[in-house]
Amino acid sequence: MKIAVCVKEVPDPSPNRRIDPDTKRMDRSGDRSLNQYDLNAIEQGLRLKEANGDGEVVLVSMGSAKALDSIRKGLGMGADRAVLVADDAAAGSDMVATAKVLAAALSAESPDLVLFGQQATDGDGAVLWAAVADKLRMPVISQIAELDIAGGTATAKRQTEFGYDTIAAPLPAVLAVADSINEPRYPSLKGIMGAKKKPQDVKSLADVGVDASSAGEAGSRTTVSALSPPASRGETIKIEDEGDGAQKILDFLVERKLV
Amino acid sequence: MSTLVFLEHHGSQIQRGALGVLGKAAQLDPDTSGVVIGSGVADAAAQAGKFGAKNVYVADDAALEAPLPQPRVDVIAQLVQDKGFDTVLFGASVLASDTAAGLASRLDAGLNWDLTDLEGSGAGLIGKRSALGDSIVVDCGWSSPIKIGLVRAGSFDPNESGGDAAVESIPANVEDFSTKATMVDQTKEESSGPSIDEADILVTGGRGLGSPENFSILEELAAALGGAVASTRAVVDSGWYPYPTQIGQTGKVVSPKLYIGAGVSGAIQHKVGMQSSLTIVSINKDANAPIFEFSDFGVVGDLNTIVPQLTELVKARKG
Repeated sequence: MKIAVCVKEVPDPSPNRRIDPDTKRMDRSGDRSLNQYDLNAIEQGLRLKEANGDGEVVLVSMGSAKALDSIRKGLGMGADRAVLVADDAAAGSDMVATAKVLAAALSAESPDLVLFGQQATDGDGAVLWAAVADKLRMPVISQIAELDIAGGTATAKRQTEFGYDTIAAPLPAVLAVADSINEPRYPSLKGIMGAKKKPQDVKSLADVGVDASSAGEAGSRTTVSALSPPASRGETIKIEDEGDGAQKILDFLVERKLV
Repeated sequence: MSTLVFLEHHGSQIQRGALGVLGKAAQLDPDTSGVVIGSGVADAAAQAGKFGAKNVYVADDAALEAPLPQPRVDVIAQLVQDKGFDTVLFGASVLASDTAAGLASRLDAGLNWDLTDLEGSGAGLIGKRSALGDSIVVDCGWSSPIKIGLVRAGSFDPNESGGDAAVESIPANVEDFSTKATMVDQTKEESSGPSIDEADILVTGGRGLGSPENFSILEELAAALGGAVASTRAVVDSGWYPYPTQIGQTGKVVSPKLYIGAGVSGAIQHKVGMQSSLTIVSINKDANAPIFEFSDFGVVGDLNTIVPQLTELVKARKG
């Protein structure tokens, strides 16, 4: 079984994360790491391979050539190789453009299974899998909390606003896992050392058959026109409870017509 | 220029979030229609006129019964092309998010998500989006002829204006690959009471509760206020309360009229899920808890005494 796991390098979560006011793109100049939610997808891929007894886990990504530094963490966890589409013409790709590039890179791999994590921590995106599945013309299941693969069928349990769904789909399929599905392993020292020697293919847009006009800003369909600070909440009241805390809350709720 | 709103339904009810988006869309663009997709949904469709839809398109087919995204992409894509809609808006949900992204891919249309407000219409449509943990507001636009937007849950209240919609049936033609995923089973949420997305009042318990048993005092307060009980990731990870009640980056994003936090510290992961609540009240024994920085009213004290007292006071006031 060939399992592709889509991963992304993101700026480290820190108070210094910013959007560049000139380019209106995420400032990616600081420390970067593998998107933490992708670790759940890698872990699930490794577990499926281990349960299956054989197979291959391939990490598929789009980003700058330097993103390999972050992606290697996944190789250290046990993934077999990585494919990174790195092309200046792909910089600034929005969701739709990214889906085109990833779908092209995935098509070349012909995987039995495409895994995603539940969200990206930089753009807070949590939809890419559905766009990629549409491009690949594969069934998609998202937010998966429990996953079983048997007899060429994926059966997944996922939580929605109304309860729990159990959904089945034949392979090949695109599956996005929730962070509750597993606890990602840490790369071992041996894994980290071995990661450098694993195949890491850096491809251009042309290599995966995507025209430059379909990627980057040219291929994007969204724009950012302005940035502004959020509205302040206004005054904050903080009191110590001296036996009348509950009464004071009630008074406040009554004043705001909430009771 | 015309706008289409995806009217997600559950049972015979159109979801509140979708109706809120419909009301906002109708304000910006009088030529706003809705689409209802499912099986046996005629009753649900008939409700939409009151909330601002000029037309309601209905795809009613047994094959569309399960709330799965891909057949909905097929139906909406065809509708958009047949009727020439330039804007398609969704109230965010598990189903709506996947449907919107599949549609964006199918139509090569821009998708902006997590929108908390909308301005203008047609080519001038702007979506407001909070980014980087709600530390910045981004004005999002579209460069494609068709614009797709996903609106954060709770951003708009439904506006019952009392109109009538013309209801029109549309075909349910679906692609082969769209019906490969099938619903095997659906189970209802175990927890009773309103879903936390829909509740106007949320009483939220954090690790500061000290033990899972203490959720009972929050349930009593929520019942007295007519609200629902919600939780934090720390509490869910500890197995104290079920995941469907979890607010936060990895749970649900809510914006109730009133949020009461009891023993909630206010970690970023939680904050991004609740800071657009209209009023925030917090009770925490730690005076340095970050939640006090973004609370309208905070009490430093022992929730084990304050919460039951508040429940009694609310009950007494309501008689």
